[in-house]
Amino acid sequence: MKILVPTKRVPDTDQRITLREDGRGINDDQLPFVINPFDAIALEEAIRLRETGCDAEILIVGIGSADYEEQLRSGLAMGADRAILVHCEESLDPWNVARILQVLVLREGPDLVLMGKQAVDDDASQVGPFLAALLDWPQATFASKVELSEDAVRVDRETDQGIETIEVTRPAVITTDLRLNEPRYASLPSILKARKKPIEQLQLEALEITLEPRIKIIGLEAPSQSRTCRRVDSVEQLVEALVEVLP
Amino acid sequence: MKILVLAETDVGRLRPASLAAIECGRQLAEPNGGSVRWLLLGAQLDTVAREAARYAPVCSVDAEKLATVTADTWAPVIARAVKQEGAELLLAGSGTFAKDVLTRAAALLGGTMASDVLGHKWVDGQLQLRRAMYAGAIVATVQLSGPVQIITCQSTAYAAAEPLAATEAIRPLAIDLADLPARVQVEAVESKRGGRPDVTEAAVVVSGGRAIKNSADFEALIGKLADTLGGAAGSSRVLVDAGIAPNELQVGQTGKIVAPEVYLALGISGAVQHMAGMKNSKTIVAVNNDPDAPIFEVANLGLVGDVYEVVPQLIERLSQRNSE
Repeated sequence: MKILVPTKRVPDTDQRITLREDGRGINDDQLPFVINPFDAIALEEAIRLRETGCDAEILIVGIGSADYEEQLRSGLAMGADRAILVHCEESLDPWNVARILQVLVLREGPDLVLMGKQAVDDDASQVGPFLAALLDWPQATFASKVELSEDAVRVDRETDQGIETIEVTRPAVITTDLRLNEPRYASLPSILKARKKPIEQLQLEALEITLEPRIKIIGLEAPSQSRTCRRVDSVEQLVEALVEVLP
Repeated sequence: MKILVLAETDVGRLRPASLAAIECGRQLAEPNGGSVRWLLLGAQLDTVAREAARYAPVCSVDAEKLATVTADTWAPVIARAVKQEGAELLLAGSGTFAKDVLTRAAALLGGTMASDVLGHKWVDGQLQLRRAMYAGAIVATVQLSGPVQIITCQSTAYAAAEPLAATEAIRPLAIDLADLPARVQVEAVESKRGGRPDVTEAAVVVSGGRAIKNSADFEALIGKLADTLGGAAGSSRVLVDAGIAPNELQVGQTGKIVAPEVYLALGISGAVQHMAGMKNSKTIVAVNNDPDAPIFEVANLGLVGDVYEVVPQLIERLSQRNSE
């Protein structure tokens, strides 16, 4: 069995995101970057599936600049077997990310694609369903539980209505939600071991994909979020003020 | 511009997110004389189609094969309907339904999609859309270019549409369903909301955070105060991760985005990820034992105190008022 885990390199979520003075991007030169937390959950799940009996090869994929190697190494240290880095300096929209992943999936032939339900930078939540549709594979989004059976996967999905349990045939694309697991920290020996694991370097041109831009960013702003807070000293005062605003 | 709005229904009724999407559609269509229609999928749709027809003309695909919502079966039908009707824009309210189903349909239509739109404007005949990034720290204005534009809109940004003076027509679409896949089986849906309204649909949302120690306390404090106020119970991520509150209650960047009349944040410190889900509420009330908690920066009304002491008193005083 082969599991492909696409990842995105994003600023660490603990960091304060500020707009550059020219308004064309965020101040990112000092920011620490990590694998998108939802993708780390997907990778952790792939590793757990391997640990609980399925003999899986785990392949992680990143699309970006040479800096991405650091995050791919951390994925390898968690337990992925190998990595592919598709070199691309441009910032890609979800459609083009999905098209690149489609080519890699067709090349690698995994049984499962496990990936985060969203990336915490652009919060679009598009690539998973896009990729599933391009491959004509079934999808299971927002997974909080994943169980393999003979030729299918049972998934608990976190929907607005509650937990929905579905069974999908393989191959399939599964996108992961927060409650699926807690990603492990890599141990020192596994970090050292990861240095020897292969990262295949691919140029975008070699995949013979012509980019089809779908989303153009016209401008960015950093909205102010603060309000003037009236502090009250007692529950009595709070109730008085509260009933004024209750519908 | 021809606009189709994908209806989201729940036990035979339109969900409020769909009415916000119709309102968004009307606003998008208005400046250039466009049209807005529902795209309604499912089985035994008579009742909900009549409800929908009060807001816009309805294009329906009523078939037993579509009785259960799965992206695998619905997306191709949606894509075919959009092509058949020559729609240029496909719209739905934000939420897990649209993120699953509409997004897959979007890929079948060329992948030109903006998620969770907060606002729009027309500039030189081009539609510009505003959407949040980085948990709301940044708002981007974007422009889509592709064969069909697909949008999900935040129901917090568009008011629920008003019904029209006269009921519109309901038109069944003839769409070939013979080749739909059968790769996904839905086994069960389990909600633990406890009969309370959904956080995205309530005028008052009472949310609990880290200060709440267990499920029983969550029910006794957050649940009971929500009931006293006739509102929804909500939660920050930490309680859902700990299994104290069910996932469908989570408000925030990775949960639901809400903007009620009144949002009570009880024992919630105010991580940016949580604030991304509630900062547009009309009035925000915060109770926290830490006077420096960031939640007070976005609150209109604040009390420094322990929720275990404050909330029972709140319930008691508000219940007294209710009975008076």
